[in-house]
Amino acid sequence: MAKTVRETIKEITRQHLKGGSRCFGQCLTAVGWVGGTLPELYEEDGMVELSMADVAGGAIITGIALAGERPIYVVRYQGFQWYNSPTIINYAMKSKEIWKRPCPLLVRSIAMEGGIGPVAGSSHHSIYQRMPGVKIASPMTPKEYQDVYSQFMKEDEVYYISEHRKSYDNAEELSDTIHDVADITLFPISITRFAAEQAKEKLEKQGYKVNVCHVLWIKPFVLKPQWKVALENSKFGGIVLDDDYEEGAASSIAHRIMIETKSPVHTLGLRHRTAGFHPKVDNLPPSKDEIIKKILEMIKND
Amino acid sequence: MKQFRINVFKRASLCRNFEQYVFDGIKNRLFRFPIYLSAGQEYISATIAETMRVKNIQPNIFIQHRGHSTYLSNDAPVEMLVDELLGKESGCAYGMGGSASIHSKEKNIFGHDGLMGSQVPIAVGHCYSTQHPTIVHMGDASAEEDYVLGAMGWASTKKLPILFVVEDNNLSILTEKKVRRSWHMRDVAKAFNMRARDTTDDPVELGSHLQCLFDCGPMLLNVNTHRKYWHSGAGIDDENIFDRYQVEMDSLGEEAVQIHNHYKQKVEEIWQKQLEKQ
Repeated sequence: MAKTVRETIKEITRQHLKGGSRCFGQCLTAVGWVGGTLPELYEEDGMVELSMADVAGGAIITGIALAGERPIYVVRYQGFQWYNSPTIINYAMKSKEIWKRPCPLLVRSIAMEGGIGPVAGSSHHSIYQRMPGVKIASPMTPKEYQDVYSQFMKEDEVYYISEHRKSYDNAEELSDTIHDVADITLFPISITRFAAEQAKEKLEKQGYKVNVCHVLWIKPFVLKPQWKVALENSKFGGIVLDDDYEEGAASSIAHRIMIETKSPVHTLGLRHRTAGFHPKVDNLPPSKDEIIKKILEMIKND
Repeated sequence: MKQFRINVFKRASLCRNFEQYVFDGIKNRLFRFPIYLSAGQEYISATIAETMRVKNIQPNIFIQHRGHSTYLSNDAPVEMLVDELLGKESGCAYGMGGSASIHSKEKNIFGHDGLMGSQVPIAVGHCYSTQHPTIVHMGDASAEEDYVLGAMGWASTKKLPILFVVEDNNLSILTEKKVRRSWHMRDVAKAFNMRARDTTDDPVELGSHLQCLFDCGPMLLNVNTHRKYWHSGAGIDDENIFDRYQVEMDSLGEEAVQIHNHYKQKVEEIWQKQLEKQ
């Protein structure tokens, strides 16, 4: 049976610790072991509990990275990056450029939604995306995760992995769908990649042609030649889908694509409002149905 | 003891004369970015550096924005600091650091990014990883940053070999400590189960607190000192402010005067040489 994303991360962590590096975070050794993505190990094995001081934690990990340890830093809720990120962004990501002292650091930043209120939920990779000195990937498959980690170990950069808990059970690889001529091209990021696949399936049963270009690398974002062709051969342009607010990475990437193709590219991400705790006031990533609705509106309004 | 004071004075004299040259340079518009002069506070880094030399300890040093004296006291190359202030690639931070973000690889001095106090949690993380003696300098204002306090707590929990030095000039730009807080860093450190002392920047008194370091967990020294010049730039807030350097020179007599004159000339020569290379 194929490995899931959860098992892949767990194995990577185990190997990382065996290699002499360590893994840091808050409540790592709690009951769930961060959604089952960590091996059940403790400080003497390299699984180190930080205090609950989030802002200090991000800076302490920067110092550990500065010492050359290549730490993995687990932030259990991506919204907590608002507290954890200041020193990672302003020191770890700048140290190599200012002082020629690299701070290689792998940030595991975990998204989830549903009933967790205005701070903890969703993806927040846009905080990092606007700043220099970082590579950002959002792997949703076992191979993607392994590839991103392997690349991190070969370089001396800060890596931000935008994870999503709903990908942890996934054992399948996701591949692009590109038609010679299509109605629309989707560029989904993070957990929206699964909804994009479902939307494509349903629309294609209705006779529409939908390209799906799976975005693993948020930064640097590279518009692959086949993606460019796919978009230029799409009658109604494209949509960047994200689990973060639209006015962040999604808009930035859409802008980059439009500059390179001259094709219209829309965005669909979190609605521009604050999430509450009750399901009635959640702010969830675009669902299959919302993606379909958006596509049909674009076709209708063209 | 006199030899210790003379040795500290030599380090302080390099710092003071360097800062005096830069003070004049600011007035003459030699620099085009904010400069944070450490004159008046140089006895802290000079005393600590001389003590480390005597004890044969080469610590990792995490510097703050007002760091020229920390850099110079620890024997980092003067010419590279001059070049840095002139914005040259041959500067100690490759022309990127200006006054606030200087560093020295060869002297294990780590640069500061400009986020007040960030050097403290970074130093704690670095010390946790290396378990090597570490000294981190901060001001009395940056000591108030939340991540400084969180990191101090973790350093105590992990019993790290780290010395926290608060260069307490009582001012955040011009806002006095009593306006900003009702508590004391010494008490905070003690609450974290850390050894903590209040001291002046008198080299003998300060040096006496540096005798048991790094073997018994972290320690905090809150050193009461005086900023001779403005927070940034060339100006004087108080003409009558206490000046440890002058007090020591008066106390040490003719030998100190000669040392002062020697470093004055040396600093001027280095600046002239580096300026001519422009």
